[in-house]
Order: sequence, then C-alpha cells, then structure tokens
Amino acid sequence: MPWLSLPHLSPTTLRFLIGVAAFLALASLVGGVLALTLRGERARATVANLNARIRSWWVMVGVVVGAGLAGVGAACILFGLISFLALREFVTLSPTRRGDHRTLFWLFFIVVPAQFWLVWDNWYGLASVFVPVWVFLFIAARSVAAGDTRDYLARVARIHAATMICVYFVSHAPLLLQLSTPERPALGLDLLLYLIAVSQLSDVFQYMWGKLCGRHPVAPTISPNKTWEGLIGGGLTAIAVGTGLWWMTPFAWWQSALFAAVIVFCGFIGGLVMSAIKRDAGVKDWGHLIPGHGGIVDRIDSLAFAAPAFLHLLRYHLP
Amino acid sequence: MIFAGLVRLITGAQARWQGCAPEPRQRIYFANHVSNLDGPVIWATLPRALRLRTRPIAAQDYWEKGWVRPWLAHRVLKAVLIARTAIGARNNPLVPMEAALDEGSSLIIFPEGKRQGDEDAGMNPFKPGLWHLATRHPEVELVPVWLENLNRILPRGEILIVPLMASVTFGEPLARIADEDKAAFLARALAAVTALAAQGDA
Repeated sequence: MPWLSLPHLSPTTLRFLIGVAAFLALASLVGGVLALTLRGERARATVANLNARIRSWWVMVGVVVGAGLAGVGAACILFGLISFLALREFVTLSPTRRGDHRTLFWLFFIVVPAQFWLVWDNWYGLASVFVPVWVFLFIAARSVAAGDTRDYLARVARIHAATMICVYFVSHAPLLLQLSTPERPALGLDLLLYLIAVSQLSDVFQYMWGKLCGRHPVAPTISPNKTWEGLIGGGLTAIAVGTGLWWMTPFAWWQSALFAAVIVFCGFIGGLVMSAIKRDAGVKDWGHLIPGHGGIVDRIDSLAFAAPAFLHLLRYHLP
Repeated sequence: MIFAGLVRLITGAQARWQGCAPEPRQRIYFANHVSNLDGPVIWATLPRALRLRTRPIAAQDYWEKGWVRPWLAHRVLKAVLIARTAIGARNNPLVPMEAALDEGSSLIIFPEGKRQGDEDAGMNPFKPGLWHLATRHPEVELVPVWLENLNRILPRGEILIVPLMASVTFGEPLARIADEDKAAFLARALAAVTALAAQGDA
C-alpha cells in the first residue's frame, strides 16, 4: 500500500488502529440506534450525553493517532498543549494570590514548553528532574520574592501539585515514544497507544459497570459514582483487553496483564485524587472544553497518573 | 469579531446568564472592576447581535495612549471614552453616556470608577453616574454583572497575562423603586453585584 507509507506506521500499529476504528464505529452504531428507539426524557438525555461522548472520542482518537504517526515532535506539541490547558483548568480552581502572578506566568509560558522540549530531545536525565528539582525550587523562590506570606505554604503546595500532575506526569506519555528495541524501532508509539487504550477503556468500562450494577461506593465522601462493582467489573474488563493486546507490547500475555493491572490501578487512584480536589473546590467538572466529558483534566486524570508508573516499570523490564 | 474571539480564547471567558436571557433589549450592564480586560471581556461574551449594539464605557486617559488602544477603543469596541480628571461642565462624563443611550446603544459601565487593586478588599463604593443614568432613562434595564478571576488573569499594575479561565455572570435586572434616594439606590446596585459573587462561590 504505497499511499500508506507513513514511517511510523508498523503492521502492529495498523492492526490496532483498525480495531479501534471498528470499536468506535460499533459504539456510534449502538448510540444511533438508541437515539432513534428510546423514549422518555431521562433516557434521551443519557443517550444524548453518550453520543456527545462518542463523537468526542472520534475526534480525540483522530488527534492523538495523527500526532503519534506524524512523529515525536508532533506528539510533544500535542501533549504540551494538553498540558497547558490542563494546567489552566487546575490553577483556575486552585486559590492563588497576587504574589503568585509572575510564578504562574513563567510556569505557563516557559516551564511547559521546556519540559516537552526535553521530552522531544530525549534528554531523559533532565526531563526526569527538571520539574521536581528546578521548577519546584523556582516556584517556592519566585512566590516568596513577592513578599506576601498569607497562605504561602498552601499556595506553593497547590502550584507544585498542579505542575506535578498537569505537566510532569502528562509529559511521561510522549516520553514513551522514545522507547524502542532493535527489532521494533516504532515500539514507543504502540506502547503509548496501549497505555491510552487501557487507561481510557478502564474509565469507560468502570462507568458502564457502575451504571449497570453499581451499588456499593468505594469512597462515598469523594465520589458517589465510583462503586466497587464498577471498579472490579470495569477494571477486570480493561485488564482483559490489555491482556488481549499483548502483541502490542514486547512481553508475554501474562506480563501484559500485569502491566494493564498497574495502569488500571494507577488510573483509578488518579481519578479519585482528582475527584477529591474537585470536591474540595466545590465543582463537578474541571471545565467545558470537551462536549460530554467536561474539561481536559476530567479526561486525562487517569492517564496522567498511569503514565509515569507505566513508563518506569517498562524501563526496568524492557528486553 | 476576531478581537472578541481572541479575548474569549485568552481569558477562556464563559457567560452565565443567571438572572436574565441574552435578549436584544436596551440595557446598562454594570460590573465589578479589577482589570483592564473587564470591559473587553463582558463585550466579547455577549452574543454577536447584542455585542454590535453594546458600548463599553472606558477611561479616556488610558484608551487614548499610543496607537493600538485608540484603534481598539474607537474602531473595534466602539467604546464611549470619558474623562476622569478635571471634570467640569465642559467634559461632563454623563453627556457622552446619555448620547449613547439616546442612539439606542446598550452600555457596559464600571460604577466603582477605578479598578480595585487590593485583592483582600471588597468592591469600592459606586459613584453616582449610574443613578443619574437610571433616573433619566427609566426604560433601560439595569443588569448587574459579576466578573470572576480577571484579577488573577491581568491584575491592576501588571502587564503580563496569566491564561486562567474567567467567568461572566449576568444577574437579574435591578428593580426600579419609586422615590428611592441616590445613596439607597447605589447601595442596592452594589449589593446586586456582590450577591452574584457569593452565588458563584457556593
């Protein structure tokens, strides 16, 4: 197929993409049939939200796959943009003061581009310590230089957490693209797609299992929508999918199952942490950017927490 | 139209029509004032049809400096520029405001008169201009507006923008009470704006 001569498109990736397209097409078909047949106000509202989500999924998958196939540079620009928007949503909901204004300015316009440049450059050593060492020092110093001590520790802690989650954690997703083995030069893209597929499907399956048979909330004070039934049913389903996708990884099927379990577990913790922060701020969604989903942070919370764990476990175990 | 889109992109501003709908009626939108972006943000979040007939009131001394600001003020925002210093009969700020109302425009006004730069202080007391406009134009709706987060995006005394998300809450039009005196009216108008802030926090 000469028209498909994309340098990063391996047969493994192509196989995966056909599977994703088939899955989304099936979801769209089911959503369309439901929209035509269901009656009743509440059912129609639920289906309308479902269909908005499915349409957003097509767009999100298209954008991520497009950037991934275009290369590391495009992926770093995409994830840098995601990081910028996530940081915007996070800081908007975290009380800061006038004294943090310049700190935040540098954070948005220098730190975010710099971190994703380091990822693109494959400068692994500095990409790993840039935020937790240099940027953390800078944030504390720049805010103290403004001379306002009111809530100082809480303000700096909030900005540190925002940077850690929205910039540092997220940057580990494109960092996966730098992984390769001699036999599979484009291994990184398959691993990134694997991570995204398992973590996002885990969210979707947990939501579906929770809606179908959720009874017992895992953490009623944090999120009434997260139930044991949803977690176990959805988590096991996502692990099963991850196991079935073992051919995307350089591992055996049972190792792939373990990696999927790590992604599901970290993603679940990420969702809980971000729900707790939202609840503390008194909001339901982080924003309104993605129709049906809420904000960027609502969509990437599980991915952000799973990416660093996945990357580092991979680095220990790559053959 | 490009400028309105740009302002919405930078400030992520969302309109919340809480107490009234975006209807094509003649109105005076009055809001809290913390940033030079306040006027452009309210203007930019209005639907296009309303925006074309709505003019922000702005300070002449600020908006007539350089060449970008006058161009924005006159050609894009169609702002009504008023004097803030050496006020006399010759440059009474109420005259251009009333002229704009007479031609059928809606107005965006910041009755505090200046931006609140102290983040720990509440709003400044309202100046009497709003009362004069309200009594002389009883047919115009008075809509309180609360601007959230603009003091974090571009506070007073700052030139660098931090791209957080603003929100613009439009409240219920202020009721007209017969024979109300100036001080009571202005206090009620101020309370209508701060009440929207309290709702946003809850």
